[in-house]
Amino acid sequence: MNALAVNARVVAALGARSVKQTFRRPQLVAPIVIFPTLLLAVQTGGAGRAVDLPGFPEVDNFLSFMLAGAMLQSCLLAGNTGGIALAVDLEIGFTDRLLAAPISRFSIVLGRLVGTAALGALTALWFIAIGLIFGASFELGVPGVLLMIVLTSLAAVAFGGLSAAIALYTGQASIVQGLFPLIFVILFLSSAFFPINLLLEPAASVAEYNPLSFIVEGIREPVIGSLSAETVAEAFGAIALLMAISTGLSAIALRRRLRVG
Amino acid sequence: MPAIEVSALEREFPGGIRAVDGVDLEVADGEIYAFLGPNGAGKTTTVRMLTTLLRPTGGHARVAGHDVVDDAADVRRAIGVALQEAALDPLMTGRELIRLQATLHGLIGGEAERRGDALIRRVGLERAADRRVGTYSGGMRRRLDLASALVHEPKVLFLDEPTTGLDPVSRKAIWEEVAALNREGTTVFLTTQYLEEADQLADRVGIISGGKIVGEGTPASLKAEVGKPHLEIGLAEGSAELAEGICCDFGRILPEKDGRLLVELEHGASDVAKVVRSLDEGGILVESLELVEPTLDDVFVDKTGEHLEGADTAEPAEA
Repeated sequence: MNALAVNARVVAALGARSVKQTFRRPQLVAPIVIFPTLLLAVQTGGAGRAVDLPGFPEVDNFLSFMLAGAMLQSCLLAGNTGGIALAVDLEIGFTDRLLAAPISRFSIVLGRLVGTAALGALTALWFIAIGLIFGASFELGVPGVLLMIVLTSLAAVAFGGLSAAIALYTGQASIVQGLFPLIFVILFLSSAFFPINLLLEPAASVAEYNPLSFIVEGIREPVIGSLSAETVAEAFGAIALLMAISTGLSAIALRRRLRVG
Repeated sequence: MPAIEVSALEREFPGGIRAVDGVDLEVADGEIYAFLGPNGAGKTTTVRMLTTLLRPTGGHARVAGHDVVDDAADVRRAIGVALQEAALDPLMTGRELIRLQATLHGLIGGEAERRGDALIRRVGLERAADRRVGTYSGGMRRRLDLASALVHEPKVLFLDEPTTGLDPVSRKAIWEEVAALNREGTTVFLTTQYLEEADQLADRVGIISGGKIVGEGTPASLKAEVGKPHLEIGLAEGSAELAEGICCDFGRILPEKDGRLLVELEHGASDVAKVVRSLDEGGILVESLELVEPTLDDVFVDKTGEHLEGADTAEPAEA
């Protein structure tokens, strides 16, 4: 078997391990699924009349608007928990087991990210199911839903790469876990939970250039039915930018770790 | 061709800490070589360099004929590694871990399953194979770790303190397995801080202290270098200084061990009666007295001036 095939199998095996690991550790599942679901329930229940505000986008209900925010929050946290799990592997020495094997070093990180991508897709399905049950209308049908799943999954990989870089650099799960509050700050400074035109300054300006705003609009528009090619391109562009940054940082952190030992 | 050749190997960490300081050694094909030393002596750092997990900052090392820096991938194909503390994922089952290890070494499908199942049987974990590793005892974890290191039938097996923290029964089970593997032709390089482990298992022992090899040879030849038996004398409180003054007439005073006075008998066991008589005449109350033949701990003391930590837990007296 050639090296590429071996590494592809390794990436798939490590990705599968990553998903199993998440579902076997409740403290990893909770932030990905339970917290965003609860926040979605609280926000849609408590602030549902926000749709009546002048300037609020045309939507069937507040849930249709909020669903994308919950999906983005969930995939951000999926990326973060992937980083935490990688740091735990470093702490317990499991990564040494992988490094002592005749595989590409980067496939160790890639395997983790493939698992994060799968978790992103699973959380997308979860929130789509919640949307269907509680009355969100997916205006663009199956193609729109597929686009939402792809964007959520890729966004999880991009955020997972950033967490992986921090995990590789520090080797400490507690530091990666410490990113949680920062994630919420970045999320609230985007259009994830409120339209940009209704935010106050300077939050509105930050949100306008926040890559998360581009991604969340790409996920949202298939629900509310106003999808444009420009929005899709911007969402994929923002993800590509984050992926390029996170992949680069992960590669640098991995190289440093291998050099330092 | 030797299985392992190491020349002037060095590893310096930031801050100028030299964990390994010019190690030279050679391990023959099919040999069991034990690296004996206390915590912080440089054992694990050496193993990490030989297993390509850490780049040397000086010197050269070849494992199974491949350079650990230039041909790292070839080294990784040829070696099996069971690291200190059994670095296992507590959330995986034993069978999952073995299968993952097989995948890491390019084994697929039925072959990976057969090999994995055979190894699980070999280390006696059939009934626990589908349980999560987090539920395993220390001995089971070590056996699983050993099995996973063997999945690709490595030429050279590295075991970093394979029995540290295990109970005597689990320790013996690991020793038996390592000896069996060696009989099947696997070269074994193990680090240990247990004298008995080195004595029982190793064809040759390298004693490492402060990052340098300070002694090397077969256990028998190392003990023969030390050569002389010693007396371990338990004394009543406050009489140590006086007793030392009396005993130094019979040979060198060794560093004390657990509060007992140690004296090397220059003329062998025949001096025991004279020592007892002299202490009695000096009015010293002897609470216990034991004649100890040379052990690897004596070799360690001879080479480093210190006892190996935990030495008294493992080394049986020899006739």
